[in-house]
Amino acid sequence: MAGTAVLERVTWRAANVVAVRDETATARTLALAVCDWPGHVAGQHVDVRLTAPDGYSAVRSYSIASAPISDGRIEITVERLPNGEVSPYLTQEVMVGDELELRGPIGGWFVWRRDQTEPIQLLAGGSGIVPLMAMIRSRRSAGSSAPFRLLYSVREPEKVFYRDELRTLSNQGDSVVITYAYTRVTPNDWRRPAGRIDAPLIATGTWPSTLRPTSYVCGPTSFVEHATDLLIAAGHDRERIRTERFGATGERK
Amino acid sequence: MNAPMNYLDGNAAAGELSRVFAVDITSAKGQCANCGAKRRFAEAHLYSHCPGLVARCALCGHVLLRFANVRGRVFLDLSGMTYLRVDAPKQEEAPV
Repeated sequence: MAGTAVLERVTWRAANVVAVRDETATARTLALAVCDWPGHVAGQHVDVRLTAPDGYSAVRSYSIASAPISDGRIEITVERLPNGEVSPYLTQEVMVGDELELRGPIGGWFVWRRDQTEPIQLLAGGSGIVPLMAMIRSRRSAGSSAPFRLLYSVREPEKVFYRDELRTLSNQGDSVVITYAYTRVTPNDWRRPAGRIDAPLIATGTWPSTLRPTSYVCGPTSFVEHATDLLIAAGHDRERIRTERFGATGERK
Repeated sequence: MNAPMNYLDGNAAAGELSRVFAVDITSAKGQCANCGAKRRFAEAHLYSHCPGLVARCALCGHVLLRFANVRGRVFLDLSGMTYLRVDAPKQEEAPV
């Protein structure tokens, strides 16, 4: 309409917390029933807005963890940050029955669509696993046979999200091949010492560049930079690498 | 390129930009007015810890977009891009 600013085109929706589930000592999954949810694509995120009684409000982005299924429910997994403004509330205080405000689904680039048949390489740094898990779950719910591999870099075994589900997946034949890289503490009898991902790990734990996979890299900015450099050094085409950085702190603006 | 290292991807601007655009700008391809690189907006480097958003070319650091929301008015500077190529949304599709 002439002269009218088209603000709030993507509207804030009411979302009811219908379940909470701890993933680790510091991360919690919230299942949300969202009013008029239009559906999403794996890899997209939502903005969550919290408003204090005095009107002060804070908005943070969280990746959707669940597969796109049309029941109006989504899941997000939130990592609690020591000095976070929003994440302590979402991981410690929110209860079933509470209502949040949510905007989305958001983003059309860092997504995996069910009609993609090429090999897929996922690289997660810490809580960067969340949108990649949505892709893994989406692959499964779509009955896709696209070859998936996941390289999951995480501080220590206790920080692994979705542990049982990933174990089940990796035990199934035609499923997702998973490689863990521990940066601080490894499980007992782990062959690779704790440390950042490196070229030998890329060589053994990811699809070779000759297969021309599409790669999705998600995590803190330093992880994404490092992983992307390693992929390019291993011969991957930059055009086929999609990235999503969480920033230095992990709590996205 | 002298820009600081603490940045996100252009992806992260999608929520704010969805307030003024009917289509997802972050998956559009744009050309940097400085170095001529043609890349997805999602691949730009996004600085969001200022009052507003600044996106820079991932290759040369040139400012591609400035976005500020000041008391209900959005200021948008796209002069850092010579063009943006957007997939027009299908009629029945909801904007993402």
